[in-house]
Amino acid sequence: MNINVTPGGNAPPPMEWPQGELTRIPFWVYQTPDIYALEQKRIYEGPIWNYLCLEAEVAKPGDYRTTFVGSMPVVVVRDYDEEIYAFENRCAHRGALIALDSGGTARDFTCVYHAWNYDLKGNLKAVAFEDGVAGRGGMPKTFCRSDHGPRKLRIAIFAGLVFGSLSDDVPPIEEYLGEEIAAKIKRVLHKPVAVTGRFTQSLPNNWKLYFENVKDTYHASLLHTFFTTFRINRLSQKGGMIVSPDGGNHASFSYTETKPADHDYAARGLRSDNEDFALQDQSLLTTIDEFGDGCNMQILTVFPGLVVQQIQNALAIRQVLPKGQFRTALNWTTIGFADDTPQMKTLRLKQNNLAGPAGYVSMEDGAVGGFVQRGVAAAGDERAVVEMGGTGTMTEGTRATEASVRGFWKCYRGHMGL
Amino acid sequence: MAGITLDRILAVQAAYIRCIDTGALEGWPGFFTDDCLYKVTTAENHKQGFEAGIIYADSKGMLTDRILALRQANIYEKQTYRHILGLPTVLSNGGGEAKTETPFLVVRIMHDGQSDVFATGVYLDTLRASDDELKFASRLVVCDSSRIDTLMAIPL
Repeated sequence: MNINVTPGGNAPPPMEWPQGELTRIPFWVYQTPDIYALEQKRIYEGPIWNYLCLEAEVAKPGDYRTTFVGSMPVVVVRDYDEEIYAFENRCAHRGALIALDSGGTARDFTCVYHAWNYDLKGNLKAVAFEDGVAGRGGMPKTFCRSDHGPRKLRIAIFAGLVFGSLSDDVPPIEEYLGEEIAAKIKRVLHKPVAVTGRFTQSLPNNWKLYFENVKDTYHASLLHTFFTTFRINRLSQKGGMIVSPDGGNHASFSYTETKPADHDYAARGLRSDNEDFALQDQSLLTTIDEFGDGCNMQILTVFPGLVVQQIQNALAIRQVLPKGQFRTALNWTTIGFADDTPQMKTLRLKQNNLAGPAGYVSMEDGAVGGFVQRGVAAAGDERAVVEMGGTGTMTEGTRATEASVRGFWKCYRGHMGL
Repeated sequence: MAGITLDRILAVQAAYIRCIDTGALEGWPGFFTDDCLYKVTTAENHKQGFEAGIIYADSKGMLTDRILALRQANIYEKQTYRHILGLPTVLSNGGGEAKTETPFLVVRIMHDGQSDVFATGVYLDTLRASDDELKFASRLVVCDSSRIDTLMAIPL
């Protein structure tokens, strides 16, 4: 399809995706308001699964969280039948938010504006003054409450992650994730989790720049020099990358190094090599092989906005939400397991320093999307080059590739019809 | 043992923010005891008893390491902070330790001149007096907002 940008001096030509392959990304895709509006319809409200919250965050009947599906506000709640439900956080009357807090416990929901009342499934149960006052006013006799209500989401729960979809055509969650990605999620989220903190990082860029960044295994050891300096993660380490068949989901992983590192970095004079750098407090670098497979890092994404993070013993769920074309909310939920020992709890608290807004490793990711957004400000007609590792989107035994980034665009363009 | 005098408490608070705001970050760990706890968290997490921090350090060594990482490894745009402190409330004072609560406001100034309120909140401190020195045995930085813009490079 063609997309028109906001006219400048000379009216620009209609924008079309570069033909043929996945190695060129036109920069207008990060800038155009039309694209942002279309993403809401075709992606977030389309046949995909949106990550909503952790099952542990709505553990008891009445527990609820408010979140978003793209720009759509959503309530996720566990009803007294023990099932989890989700519905648009929008009163059927005038459209006001039904739930105002980020979460809590409720027996029902009442819109503050005119006191229309909903049950925990999102059904409209009561309309204030429905029969009028003293026989006057009130709703017409033809008004049927069950014809009115916020949009309801389908729910899927996988490994304690709660997903929602507005589409009847979305595939089952296991199929949507892909067999290999599903196994990698279960590898980490294999027993009941406990939330240890929540933070929001407000990113100065389009959401896709952050999601691509997480999938981009090429940049990891080049931009993030903390890890390379300590030889925790190098492209020369044993590891690999899996991309789901549709391209939308990925997992990259590395294993503890057992042989001396090669000298690729030093020989090329890359900034990432600094032999003199030593930590005073080494306790941060102690890793417990809690999953019993020697894998010290696994970063996993699920289209369009979920990241499951294992960096050593620092575990976190990240939710990527668009806030206009130029702003992204990155919601961090740091987790441990319900049966963590005090020692393990402390280790996770220490290693949480590796990620998050002040993370030794991920700090740069908060800013680098903004560097791109600012860099391409006048380059809507130009294109990014994503050709590392060729043109494919398949699983590879190396992380010196952009296959998972191309996979993202394959999936994105499929949904968007671009 | 007499309590720690208010002028000593004020002096260490003033020196701390001056250290950060002038960019003399190598001096920052020196404000803490060796077995200190330094944590940046949010009012919401603090209220709910969530233990994770945006920054979490349980030794002075970890603070030194953070500055080393900022200087040697991390990439971020040139920026400075301006801390403005409110008046401290002394919650307890005796036995060589004082617990205080001090409100703060931090403006972040980017290299291009962009200046924004980056964080507001309170410092929940345990100050410990030893010999001639007064140091932070514990500094809990409780930010009012749960939202951090872009990144938090320099400590609060």
